[in-house]
Formats: sequence, C-alpha cells, structure tokens
Amino acid sequence: MDITLLIAAAIKIGVFIGITMTFVSICVIFERRFSAIIQDRVGPNRTMIPLSILGFKKDFALPIGGLTQPVADGLKFILKEDFTPSYVRTVFFWLAPVFVVVPALLTMAVVPFGSPMEFGDTVIPMAVADLNVGPLFIFAIASLSVYGITLAGWASNSKYPFFGGVRACAQMISYEIALGLSIIPILMFFGGLNLGHIVEEQVKNGWLLLPLWNEGGFIIGSGYWGQENVIQRLLLLIPLGISFVIFTTSIFAETNRMPFDLPECETELVGGYHTEYSSMKFALFFMGEYAAMVVGSALIVTLFFGGWSIGFGIDGLLPTGAWWVSLIHIGCFLTKVTVFILFFILVRWTIPRFRYDQLMNLGWIVFFEAALINVFLAALVIAYPSIGFMGFIVGFIILAIASVLLILIAKGTTKKPSATAV
Amino acid sequence: MAIIKVQRPKLSAGEKIYFGSIFKGMIITLRHAFRSLVGKSVGAKELNSSGVGITMQYPEQKWDEELPEYYRGTPALVTDELDRERCVSCQLCEFICPPKAIKITPGEIPSSDEWAKVEKRPQAFDIDMIRCIYCGMCEEVCPEQAIYLRPDYVVTGTTRKEMVHDKDRLYEIGGKRVGLVNKWNDLK
Amino acid sequence: MHPVLNQRDRTMSEDAPASTATAEKKLPKDLAAENGMVNVQIDGHWIQVPRGTRMIEAAKMAEKEVPHYCYHPKLSSPGNCRMCLVQMGMPPRPAPGADPEYGDDGYQEIGWMPRPVIACANTVAENMGIRTTGELVEDTRKGVMEFLLINHPLDCPICDQAGECKLQEFSVEHGSGQSRFQETKIKKPKNVDIGKNIRLDDERCIMCSRCIRFMDEVAEESVLGFSQRGTHTSVTVHPGHRLDNNYSLNTADICPVGALTSNDFRFQMRVWFLKETKSIDTNCGTGANTVIWTRGNEIFRVTPRQNDEVNSAWMPDSHRLAFHSLQTEDRLTRPLIKKDDQHGESTWLEATSKAAEGLSMRQPNEVAIIASGRLSNEELFLTQKIAQSIGTDLVSIVPRKGESDGKLVSADRNPNTTGANLIFGTDEACAKLDAIREGVIAGRIKSLIVLQEDLLAEAGFKKEDLEKLDHLVVTHTHANSTAAQANVVFPGTGFAEKRATYVNVTGRLQRANQAVIAPGEARDDWEILSALLGKLDKDYQAPASMDGVFNALAKEVSAFNDQTFGSIGDLGVSITETGVTIPLLEQEKARKESGIIVG
Repeated sequence: MDITLLIAAAIKIGVFIGITMTFVSICVIFERRFSAIIQDRVGPNRTMIPLSILGFKKDFALPIGGLTQPVADGLKFILKEDFTPSYVRTVFFWLAPVFVVVPALLTMAVVPFGSPMEFGDTVIPMAVADLNVGPLFIFAIASLSVYGITLAGWASNSKYPFFGGVRACAQMISYEIALGLSIIPILMFFGGLNLGHIVEEQVKNGWLLLPLWNEGGFIIGSGYWGQENVIQRLLLLIPLGISFVIFTTSIFAETNRMPFDLPECETELVGGYHTEYSSMKFALFFMGEYAAMVVGSALIVTLFFGGWSIGFGIDGLLPTGAWWVSLIHIGCFLTKVTVFILFFILVRWTIPRFRYDQLMNLGWIVFFEAALINVFLAALVIAYPSIGFMGFIVGFIILAIASVLLILIAKGTTKKPSATAV
Repeated sequence: MAIIKVQRPKLSAGEKIYFGSIFKGMIITLRHAFRSLVGKSVGAKELNSSGVGITMQYPEQKWDEELPEYYRGTPALVTDELDRERCVSCQLCEFICPPKAIKITPGEIPSSDEWAKVEKRPQAFDIDMIRCIYCGMCEEVCPEQAIYLRPDYVVTGTTRKEMVHDKDRLYEIGGKRVGLVNKWNDLK
Repeated sequence: MHPVLNQRDRTMSEDAPASTATAEKKLPKDLAAENGMVNVQIDGHWIQVPRGTRMIEAAKMAEKEVPHYCYHPKLSSPGNCRMCLVQMGMPPRPAPGADPEYGDDGYQEIGWMPRPVIACANTVAENMGIRTTGELVEDTRKGVMEFLLINHPLDCPICDQAGECKLQEFSVEHGSGQSRFQETKIKKPKNVDIGKNIRLDDERCIMCSRCIRFMDEVAEESVLGFSQRGTHTSVTVHPGHRLDNNYSLNTADICPVGALTSNDFRFQMRVWFLKETKSIDTNCGTGANTVIWTRGNEIFRVTPRQNDEVNSAWMPDSHRLAFHSLQTEDRLTRPLIKKDDQHGESTWLEATSKAAEGLSMRQPNEVAIIASGRLSNEELFLTQKIAQSIGTDLVSIVPRKGESDGKLVSADRNPNTTGANLIFGTDEACAKLDAIREGVIAGRIKSLIVLQEDLLAEAGFKKEDLEKLDHLVVTHTHANSTAAQANVVFPGTGFAEKRATYVNVTGRLQRANQAVIAPGEARDDWEILSALLGKLDKDYQAPASMDGVFNALAKEVSAFNDQTFGSIGDLGVSITETGVTIPLLEQEKARKESGIIVG
C-alpha cells in the first residue's frame, strides 16, 4: 500500500466526516432559518459568544446571523443531564443511537466529493473509498440504520417509542425495495456500480437528467446530434425521470422526513422512537437523521445531477488533477447538496404528513410496481439498438400488457376501506 | 348518531398523479418564503416587522408607543398629590389575587405621623413578580385607588428575591398619581 | 331541624284533609294553648312558638332573618337601633256578640297594621301575623340604614370589623346604595384609648348600646355610657374610669360595627383570611368554648363560642390573650439529651430509648410521675398506663388553685382536674404530690417523669431537690428551669396544636381541635407517651391515632363509656356530676327568669 494513499485516506476520512458533520449542523440552521422564513418568522439569528459568563461586560456578537446556533445547540446537548429512565433495557438503549449515526456516516465513504486530485504520479480519488459497488454498499449500510431505530423503540420499553420503532421498521423496509429497484435503470445505463465512474460519465455526456451536452458539444450544436444513440438517450429520460421521482421520494421515506415522518410524529406518538431519550443520546438520533438527509441528497446529486461536475462542458476546460480544480468541484458538489437540502425543507412545509396506510399503499402498490415496470421500460430503450424497431414495438406491447395486468392485480387485491368500518 | 357517508371527490387521471398539485404547492411555499424574506409578508408593516417575516426584533425594537392605554404591566403602588401612601392595607388585593402573589403586612400609623388619622398603612407590601399574572384584579378591587398596573413589562432579575417587588420598589415604579378620589383630605 | 318547625310541617300536612268541621277540635293548631304555644303566621306560614317568645326569635325559628343591631339574646332589649322593624297584624276584634270568622285554612284573617313594630322587644300573641319582607318593611329598613350611615365615616378599608360588620352586611342587603345627606358629617373622637384591651372609634358607632348593656348586666362594672344627645350622641367611658374589666374584649365581639376594636387584634389581619377552628379554652376549669382564628400557621385571635352550658357567649380577656404564649421564641422544637451537663439535640428514637432506659433499670418504687392537670384525657390515660407498666403508684398532678372571679374564671386553673380524677380513679389526683416531693428530697425516688409542668416554678420543688435525681424526663412546650435539669427533654404541643378532650369542672367532656401545627419536631404528648410506653411494655400496641387512644380510654374508664371522639360534638357532653356550677350561668339564669333577657 502506498503511504501517500494511506495518508490521503486518513486525511479524507477526517475531512469528509468533518464536512458531513458540518453539513449536519448547516442542515439544522438551514432547517430552522428556512422554516422560519416560510412561516413569516426570523428564526435563530442572534446566537453570540457568551463572553459575559467569563466575566466580560458584553457578549461578543458575530455578524453572521445566528450561524453559531448549531454550536450552541451542540454544547447544550452535551451539557444537558443525560437521563436514562429506570425501566429501559439499558445496554440496547445506549447502543441504539450509535446504530443510527454510524451507518449514516459510513455511507458517505463511497460518495465522490470532487474530481480526483493528482500528486505527482499518484491519483487520489476524492472519495474515502472508491468502491466498484458504491450504490450496493450504500444500500447495505444504510439499511442498518433501521436496526438503530427499531432497537431504540424496543429498548425504551415504553409504548409510544415501541410504536415508533415498529412503524420505522416497516416503513424503511418497504421503501428500500422501491429505492433499490429505482436505480437499476441507472446502473443499466452506466453499466457499472462505481460512483466515481458514474460521475465522470456524466461530466462527459451530460447529467443524467440534463443531457444537454455530450462529447460532441451542446444540444444546440450539430455536433451533439451527430453522436450515436442521441434519440435513445433522450428517450431514456422517461424511465430515468420515473427513477428520479421514485428514488427521491424513497429517500424521504428512508430518512423519516416529512411527509413520511410517521415514526416520530408528535401528534400521535409523543416523540416516536426517541421519546425516552435525552441529551447527547437524543442528539445522536438527531444527527443520524440529518446525516441521512445529507447522504440522501449527495446520492441524488451523484446519480442524477452529475455529482461534483460543474456541467455544461466547463469541466472539460479546466485542467485535470489540479488541486484547486478538485476544490472547485468539491464546492460545486456541496452547493448542489445544499440545494437539495433546501428542497427537503421546502417539501416539509408544503406536503402534509401521510396516513400510515397511505404510506404503505404508496410504497407497495405504486412505487414497487412502477419501479418494476420502469426497469423493463429502461431495458427496452437500452436494448433498442440490438433488437430493432419491431422488437421494440413487440417488447413495448408485452410490457404494456404486463403492466396493465400488474396494475389490475394490485388494484383488485386492495380492499377499499368501507365507510361504515370503524 | 347517524352515519354520514362522505363522497370522496372524483379525480381525473392527471389529478390522481398529484404531481401538479405538489409542484404548485411548492411554488406557493417558495413564493411565500420569498415575500417573507424581503419583508413583504401580510401584516409586516402593521406589526413593525424588522425586515424578515412579521417578527419584531425585541430588545432593539419596541412596541411601547403602540401599547394601548389599558395595557397591563407590572402592578405598582402610587402616592397622592400630598405624597401620602394611598394604600391603607385593606388587603383586598391580597385576597383577590388569583396566583397569591401579593403579601401585605399591615401596620398602624403612629399618632405622631402627619397622616395619623388614616390609622393604617402597609408595613410591608411584597408582590412576587414570578407569580404575578398581570390580571389587574388588584387594581380593580382597590377601594383607595392605590395600586395600578403600569405599562412597564420588563421585569427581570437573576434571583428569586430580586423578583419580589417590595414597598419601596413598588412606589418607585408607581410614582405619584393625582386627580383620583381624595378620601382622606381635610373635608373628611 | 328545629322541633317547632317539624310541628309546623305536621300542622300543614294535616291541615289539607281536615277541612271538615268534625275534626276541628283535634287540629294541632287548636292544641297549641295546652302546650304553652301560640300560633304565629310568619311571612305567610303558620308555625307554633312558645308563648312569650320575642318576635325576632320567632322569625329566627321560621328561618327568616330579621336584621338587627341592638338586640342580643343575652342582653336586655332597649329597642333603640330600629333596624328590626317588621310589619305586624292581628285578627280584627269581632263585633260584640259576633263569633270570629275563620278562613279556609282554619285561621282567622289577619288585619295588618299600617305602622311597623320592632321585632326584638315585642312578644308574639295568638294568631299574630309577622311580615319580615314586603314594601313597608323594606322601605323602613332602607330609611333606617340611611340614618345609621349619616355620620358613619365609611372607612371600611381600614376598619378591622370589615368582613364581619353587620353594618356592611345589612347595608348591602337592605341599604339604598347612596346617601341623600348633603350636610357636613358630625366629627367625633376617633382612636380613643379607653382601656387596656379596647380602642374606641366614635364615628363608626351606631348607638346600639350593646357594649353599655354588657358592662352593666354581664360584667357588672358600668363604666360605659352615652354622652351628649341627638346626632352628637357618643359612647364614652365614665370620667375617671377606664374599661379595664377582664371581660372588656367581649364588647368588641358584640359590637356590630368597628367602633370597639381589640388592641391585640387591631390591624393584624383581615378577618376574611382567617380560618376558624372550634376549640375550647384550657386556661381554667371552666373550659370556655372558643373559636381559634388562624392564617397559615399563626393564631391571630381567640373568640368565645356560644355554649349555654359552659360560657354562655362570653370569655375572659386574660384567657383569650393567652394564645400568645404559644408563639414565643422559647418553644422547644427538638428532643434534647443531656450529655456532660449540656443539652444536645437528638432524634426522637434516641431520646425515647434513653428515657425508657433510665426508667426500666429502676425498681418500681424508685420511679414517680408528675403529670399535669393541663394534659388531656388521652394523655392522662397513657400516663396511667406508663405508671402501671412500671409498677409505681406514685402518680400525681400539680394543683393550680386560684380565686374564682365569680363569673367564668374557675378557682381551679387546671382545665382537666376532673378528667384526671376520673382516669386516676381518685377524688384528688394531686394528692400524692407531697409524697413524691418528699421522696425526691429523701432520695428514695431516683427517676422522675414530669409532663408539661415546671416543678421549680409551680410545684414547690427546689433546684437541689431535682439534682438528687438520677434520671429526669421532661415534656414541655417551652424551655424552663425544670427542663434545664432534665436528662431527656421532649418538645410537646400546646392547646391549639392538638386534638384532645378535657373534662371541665362541671363534669362536661369537651373537645379541643387542632388549629395550627406545632413548631419544629414537636409532637403531640400522647405520641410521646405512646412511644415511651412502647419501649417500656413490649406487648403494647400503639394506636395509630388520637382516636385510638380515646377509644381505649372509653373502654376502660367507666365515665367515658360509650363516648367516641365524634359523639362529643362541638358543645360537649356531660359525663359526670361534680356539683360545681359556673357563677355566670347562674346569674344569667336569674336574668332570664326575671324576663330581662331571652337567653
């Protein structure tokens, strides 16, 4: 093993965990400020450095509009009394928050933050682990966080946390299927599971959902249309768009965000699975949720919006491997992630919470089927060059019949809720 | 109780996908957020907004000018035009006070005093501002018009003891109030 | 329900079917005369009241309130306040030779008089009608109220009577709400020092003369009277005299307004804050019934409570002001144990063990108990039990003899001598005190228990006598010189701090209730004794409450048989005959018989 890579890996681990944690706190302040603005409020805007408790005359007010609020929140969480109720299953109760936070942080390992950096001969990819099975790794690890939540619900030994835990378990398992199925078209399109390669492909041939340029140039130029399979690429936007919708929605469900925050909905379950938690243990759940949100945004950005690429052919103009280019790319990536975090918040204040049966219906009847059909649709489009027009038509008809049958079966087996049933 | 069957609205295929409505909803939310950000929320002007949303930035901005005349702030004792304590410690306020915030120790006025004919005045008069709920019952019940709710609302302290307003503090806040009933003047 | 009212109910229910002439002679209304009753119609209802009843009392029996100031059942009725005016009517006298006409209800039609009469000084007559409401009566009251308020200063916010002031109450109920008086009010002396305990405010006075009559008739020291006349009339104390009688505070009680107020209670607390606890006075053998007025854990005043078998409606000043001794700084609050000639604070458990240890290591005849006539029956009973468990018969109380004042203060200043006699089964519970004292001086007695007594001050002991003792256990409410020499000191409770029963000089079992909580860790004496008994007698089952002790007492002492704490009631029950009478009650009886008072 090259010592440079080792050092670089260590630095990357430190830096990227740092970035993720920073993003978690940025999420918090964004969430609070943006929510406040949506609700005609101001939000936390005057957190100061409390010099007065050290004996100074006045507090030191940084002119940054309350950006230090997460620091204050964190300090508060650390300093608060850590109360463990007497009736909980102590070991599991203490373990649960860790199970939530660790997977969320681990998944960040395979996400490429920027373009690879070159130090002499060594090329350092800007991901902690440049795995060839990136998405699989992410799903495998991310699905672990359900254990944390279920464990928290069970170990609290109290009914509302238990309901919360059970709800979370069912919800996350349900949506993992849709999540997995929805990205199969993407993987088929790219023909690989390495997230770094997926991003590089998008640098060259346009972002997955915005194929506005390719190796031949911009969409307005003739060079663009000169490339082979352009029509097929544009046709693919349909299955990929469906994938995007299913994937994004499923990420909402996986991260327990509004409108799918049933495991912790205050109106029904007090606080859900973390009702009995306080202090830093609660903060870990909090962090886990926001880290999952950051990871989710990063995944969406990586898969559908070109990851770290600036896009529009600008990346090609920049020298490859220069450290400042990498930094620009990292900045670009983080900007996109931030936009998606804002999107998360926007959705939170727009769409009301689902009912639990609606949530299950959506997961199992709509998304599962849609994702399944979508896989075949994408396959059909991808296979178009090899099976020819007739083959495509036949395949399309078979798919249409299969889809109709699937929908009929799904609808037929669903019992309509009766008005008189109480 | 009769069972009422609610007819769910029939939705068209486009409506059933919901995306249009969701998208529309997001636009509405965003537009509202933007208006709030530039200080154009509904009612921002009337509520003296600081520029974001409709919120006023409290210690810097204050609402004092707009406070209505009947505003109920801290209760305080007042003296009359001859600097006599209006309070005769009848303890009706102590009796009526819903949170039991008032504690009065009545005392006799010594015969050497200028106002000996009044006979009685509070020896101690404590209002626990931690308990006070600013209901104004004390003001309403006072037969001597001695206690008033002032427009002051900034009552802070770092200890419980500081939050108990004693007689001196109450007269300091209340000051002099003239032109009220003058039960104890010479005609009486 | 008053028995007379029951009779009325019967009368009315039997009236309806008995409209036929045959049953006429059997009607209860016709039997009234045989029973010494008369038929009176009050506000439209017929009732029967004893012959000679005042109209105001008849109205009270009918549960109709007639407002009044000067009338007091225990005093003569001059009828000078004019507040009790009612409308009166009688059946018209039939023409000569004619029979009286009876209505459908069997009663004669009443002819109402156009002028009101005072209800307090007139007696009822057969077939009389009384109206306590109606236009005439209400207008009259309104007018009287307006007159009474003409010179009243309306200084209710500072007046101590506010809250229990009849002038306030009737002004609200019957007054017109505003005065038409345009002239200048008459100024009268305020804040006049007329006696040790009483302050006079003449402006507030409404000339009801209750205080004057009380001093004349009950206290028998006529120092109060009216001077001047007309609107200048004012109550004054006789020149050269002061209102220093030991019953002077009763005038403040009966004063319907705030003209006479108690110096002791003056401006201390508004009465509406005070909680009333029914209790009895424990300063002498009479055991006057009292109400203890408290706020929080503080006693503000003690007033008499009417009990016609004990104290009528009065109480001596010296006794009612005695509660101040409970609120002094020298109260004992924690059990003390003497170590190296120094008292140190201890715990109840340790102190009880220490006390029991010193008692049980002695021979029975080396131990003596000096109890107190101030202890309650329950405490004396447990004292007796302790003596039995030790095996000693040296148990005595300390006598407290004084002069009777010929009214309410008994010669026996112990509140429970009778109870002690009953429980110890002797005629003289204090008989063995001399023997105990001699035993202590001679050194025969090594251990002594002293309960609520200061031997040096009141039992003729000397300091060096007590020094001969090996073991001295003292319970008391206050620090004193006997306690100072004790090996173990228990803090006990005073009269207002415990529930207890006492038997007064006439043999009446009465109940005192707890009004306040004892300071610090002080405990009821029965608890102290019960704990001590538990240490001495392993078989002893400590009762959970005061009532348990009383029930055991009722079982063992014959005079108390069949009594429970509840059956005593607020007014007490007579359980034994002692032949002792209360002079004031005898005087009252004489006045009642001569028709001066209603009683």
